[in-house]
Amino acid sequence: MLGYTIRRLLATIPVIGMVALFVFCLLYLTPGDPAAVIAGDIATVDDIERIRHQLGLDQAFLPRFWVWASAVLRGDLGISIFTNLPVTQLIAQRIGPTLSLASCTLIVAVLVAVPMGVIGAWKAGKLIDRLVMLFSVAGFSMPVFVLAYVLIYVFAIDLDWLPVQGYVPLQDGFWPWLSHLILPSIALGTIYIALIARITRAAMLEVLAQDYVRTAHAKGLAPSAVLMRHALKNAAVPIVTIIGIGIALLISGVVVTESVFAIPGIGRLTVDAILRRDYPIIQGVILLFSTIYVLVNLAVDLSYRFFDPRIQY
Amino acid sequence: MAALAPSLPTPVSRSPTLLRVKQAMWRHPTAIVGGVVLLGLIAMALLAPYLGTVDPQAISPVRRLRQPSSIYWFGTDMLGRDVYSRVVFGARVSLAVGLSVAVLATTIGLAIGLVTGFIRWLDGMVMRVMDGLMSIPGVLLAIALMALTKASLQNVIVAITITEVPRVVRLIRGLVLSLREQAYVDAAIASGTPTPAILLRHILPNTIAPLLVQGTYICASAMLTEAILSFLGAGTPLNIPSWGNIMAEGRSLFQLANYLIFFPGMFLSLAVLSVNLLGDGMRDALDPRLARNM
Repeated sequence: MLGYTIRRLLATIPVIGMVALFVFCLLYLTPGDPAAVIAGDIATVDDIERIRHQLGLDQAFLPRFWVWASAVLRGDLGISIFTNLPVTQLIAQRIGPTLSLASCTLIVAVLVAVPMGVIGAWKAGKLIDRLVMLFSVAGFSMPVFVLAYVLIYVFAIDLDWLPVQGYVPLQDGFWPWLSHLILPSIALGTIYIALIARITRAAMLEVLAQDYVRTAHAKGLAPSAVLMRHALKNAAVPIVTIIGIGIALLISGVVVTESVFAIPGIGRLTVDAILRRDYPIIQGVILLFSTIYVLVNLAVDLSYRFFDPRIQY
Repeated sequence: MAALAPSLPTPVSRSPTLLRVKQAMWRHPTAIVGGVVLLGLIAMALLAPYLGTVDPQAISPVRRLRQPSSIYWFGTDMLGRDVYSRVVFGARVSLAVGLSVAVLATTIGLAIGLVTGFIRWLDGMVMRVMDGLMSIPGVLLAIALMALTKASLQNVIVAITITEVPRVVRLIRGLVLSLREQAYVDAAIASGTPTPAILLRHILPNTIAPLLVQGTYICASAMLTEAILSFLGAGTPLNIPSWGNIMAEGRSLFQLANYLIFFPGMFLSLAVLSVNLLGDGMRDALDPRLARNM
């Protein structure tokens, strides 16, 4: 197990290296002059020259990549073009709200989606199953920002139950913190819930057709015990897999959700960076999020053993 | 499923794929609904100038921010432009992006997937690149590409295509890896058929069905991504009315004029939903192995 963990951990290095190389290469591969595009329409020749120098585009490719990559390994993601602050510092300032939002959403999504999928499979073909399926198709088709505005309109403006926008750190009280995260979490989580519920239902249907489930029913076990102990545990591998893969949806959604709800997190940082074409920030954010994504999926892989001890590494 | 087996096409049937699609559509009324809605939206996009619309870019400051009424069905925006006309014309952008990305991504992905799946020494290298690309969340990758290029519809299509290609490559490569072990492929190799001919004649036809299904989902996902990019200000240039752009411009006025978000949002959701429903029906028809329980 330890050997396998180490091997898998080492195997993530080339993947993350590939991401770094790609994000770096984009500056060279995109058609036109990226320095001029970043500088914008009203830039002077000096501005473009300064940005070209700051991005290192006036140096040869390989030495420049070497300098950049070794700096990244030391935790230095470069300097923001617009604010002249280190990207690492900017990200560190913004990580709190994003982590709050993402973890809230993750917890809510798993707690809602898995029971939904289980009930759907248990009552397959019945009305409640149809509703679960309907939700999972609709939830997958609703753009996160449209849903966000519907929620704001109904629950924040019309009913006035929850704040419209903004973020309050956890240190300032639990309820203020939570109340600002409820609507964003629902908006962000819906597509994720739809995905997990759908896969959970499919995995459960497969397991519920097995002989040992019939045996468990036949020997008089309560339906809940059969569902949870016999079926769900055996359906867990595809479910945790989709939870891991779905993190990508969550990360993409964070960027949008934070800008709709004015949450000062990494998503907001990214959107501001887009508008100012502050490429070092975008580069840093992509590296960070991709690394998180790869590591989460590594953790998912390692958790298979816990759900299914038959899996040998 | 079993009850339908006897009615499955016999080898005499000229187009078994088409027949299977038809049968699945009957089993999935929602897929028919999706198809009809999608056709309606396509008709709306094509006939946009004849649907009682005015120039979607015509500015009229006197008439800005009018609420929806019998004159301005969906109201007017902060520059006095008619939102109904903008939404109807916006369908063109969304559908064009969805369809172009679906066609481009499946074609490019198919080509790369066929070659890497069949030529062993290429496989490792190409798949490492694809793994790297796939570990960047799609919207972020598209954002990075858009930040470095000038905003244009063409660049939006290219950026979204790049994010979708790796998934197609992985799908096709997986199929090719199992198909190449088939006896008829061995026979073709043994009889000296050149590799390109094997790929085109023996492998390619077996990838079409899953590719069509995947293409449908890519179309839905591309429409969503385009709207997200435009909404964030990294997408379609502002002089083209797209659903994402209309919503982006309505953001700051949400409390005052929520119809600027709701009308384009409704059409976008409807379009994505119809394509997804169609995709579910197609998957059931063309990829029964995958569809069993979904």
